[in-house]
Amino acid sequence: MTLGADQLERLAALARLRIEPGEAPALEDSLGRILALVEELSAVDTTGVEPLANPLDAVQPLRADEVTEGNRREAFQAIAPAVEDGLYLVPRVVE
Amino acid sequence: MAGETPSTVSQLLEALERGRCSAEELVRDCLARIEAEDGAVNSFITVDAVGALTAARAADAERAAGRAGPLAGLPIAHKDIFCTDGLRTSCASRMLDNFVPPYSATAVERLAAAGAVTVGKTNMDEFAMGSSNETSYYGPCRNPWDLERVPGGSSGGSAAAVAAGLVPAATGTDTGGSIRQPAALCGITGIKPTYGRVSRLGMIAFASSLDQGGIMARSAEDCALLLGAMAGHDPADSTCAREPVPDYRAALAMDLGGLRIGLPRHWFDATLDSAIGERLHAALGELEARGARLVDVDLPNNHLSIPAYYILAPAEASTNLARYDGVRYGHRCADPADLEDLYTRSREEGFGAEVQRRILIGTYALSAGYYDAYYKKAQQTRRLIRQDYLDAFESVDVIAGPTAPGTAFRLGEKVDDPVTMYQEDSYTLGVNLAGLPALSVPVEPLDGLPVGLQLIGRHFEEARLLAVAHRYQQLTDWHLREPPAAGGAA
Repeated sequence: MTLGADQLERLAALARLRIEPGEAPALEDSLGRILALVEELSAVDTTGVEPLANPLDAVQPLRADEVTEGNRREAFQAIAPAVEDGLYLVPRVVE
Repeated sequence: MAGETPSTVSQLLEALERGRCSAEELVRDCLARIEAEDGAVNSFITVDAVGALTAARAADAERAAGRAGPLAGLPIAHKDIFCTDGLRTSCASRMLDNFVPPYSATAVERLAAAGAVTVGKTNMDEFAMGSSNETSYYGPCRNPWDLERVPGGSSGGSAAAVAAGLVPAATGTDTGGSIRQPAALCGITGIKPTYGRVSRLGMIAFASSLDQGGIMARSAEDCALLLGAMAGHDPADSTCAREPVPDYRAALAMDLGGLRIGLPRHWFDATLDSAIGERLHAALGELEARGARLVDVDLPNNHLSIPAYYILAPAEASTNLARYDGVRYGHRCADPADLEDLYTRSREEGFGAEVQRRILIGTYALSAGYYDAYYKKAQQTRRLIRQDYLDAFESVDVIAGPTAPGTAFRLGEKVDDPVTMYQEDSYTLGVNLAGLPALSVPVEPLDGLPVGLQLIGRHFEEARLLAVAHRYQQLTDWHLREPPAAGGAA
């Protein structure tokens, strides 16, 4: 199993990462080796086996629909890179 | 106290109780040790001297007023993955180098409520992704037994700090072996509880269906004391278990008559390093001589743990780490050209190589057209792996095996080859996939380096695991051996 340069670029775009051109070959190689490692699973017979998402088979518990937490907007925005008037600032997206 | 043999948690609590020392003295002693010795080890990312001394004096006042909690005045360290209100929590990543959480993890709050004093935050692999502590943004942590070797990972700083006698105990987290493997490589005792036993609130997420917080200390008794304070249901973590928390320390004295210990055949076959195998058999022989029965068991799908884990954990990580976008907290690149550039460059600059690798693998496994072949297949295999353990526990009470395939390796030896590094976890991953509790206890060292015995229990049977480990530690003193760098004999 190997990853082509196109595939790596697509993955990086999906993951919002950018691969330096010089790093691509080494990364393709190490990702290819990891994919070869996990390839062993394709030979496993899992016919009729339910996927296991939670090791205790737990299901999402429900609680009453009540407000239990106070408003801590200031504390949370105090650690943000850029805020103004209670809003998070990002580069302009609409001209 | 400085210069003396580091004491165990129970010894320190007794000294505090009897007024032989104050919390402030203990904390000053810890801070002095860290100052003197951690330059070479690098087990701490952040030391909070002011906060620790304030908390210590408060603990002394509580004790004087007769209101002391069970751990009042005990100095501990937290892995830098646990959020600490007002104290930088970096996850050993440039991404969170500037992150000062506005709240504390439930596990941190519970230990503080019991009176434990946080002296600092320990080094780790970046976002807990690694088995050697070499992926930390703050530089590798070193093994106190041999400074040229790794302490294991990802909770390497916690393991090294306890082994070096800088703190008597520390928290860790274990997604695929990250408490047990460094405990083994550093010669301490570390327990990963059942999935959901300890709240994950405020524990920075890596792989949410696998992550579990636990305790790293010198002895099983010390782990029992701290785990009891840390564990229990948390309504703020929907995966946190509702099972009541037993008194783990009282349970150390449980009757172990007729104990059946399962030995997975393919863990003790020719693939196991023979010198490691001899030491594990000697340890199991101690328990056998006191009435335990050793029984061969099979875990026929356990060899699939590595491939299943290296799909599931990166898949969950790629999802969890999507939150780091340079907008709400954490690293933000300078002068972003547009929103896309803000996301991409903040992440590229903020994440190290191994974290990026795992995000890419996880993204691949979850991407359209590959989901069934990878993610679903791995989840199905996960059920097969868990079923093997459940079947084995029909005929045995605990399962024993190696914790790691070898002793601590040299810095740089495996870091360039992820696949070789991943083999480090071959005995520990299945436990996380099955959600079981497990611990590592030190046995006879090999060439001056610690070796760990792993004990695995049924879901929520931490008490029995701790009792078995405690019994072994009453019969032997390997867990009290100190690394030469800390003044002990090898």
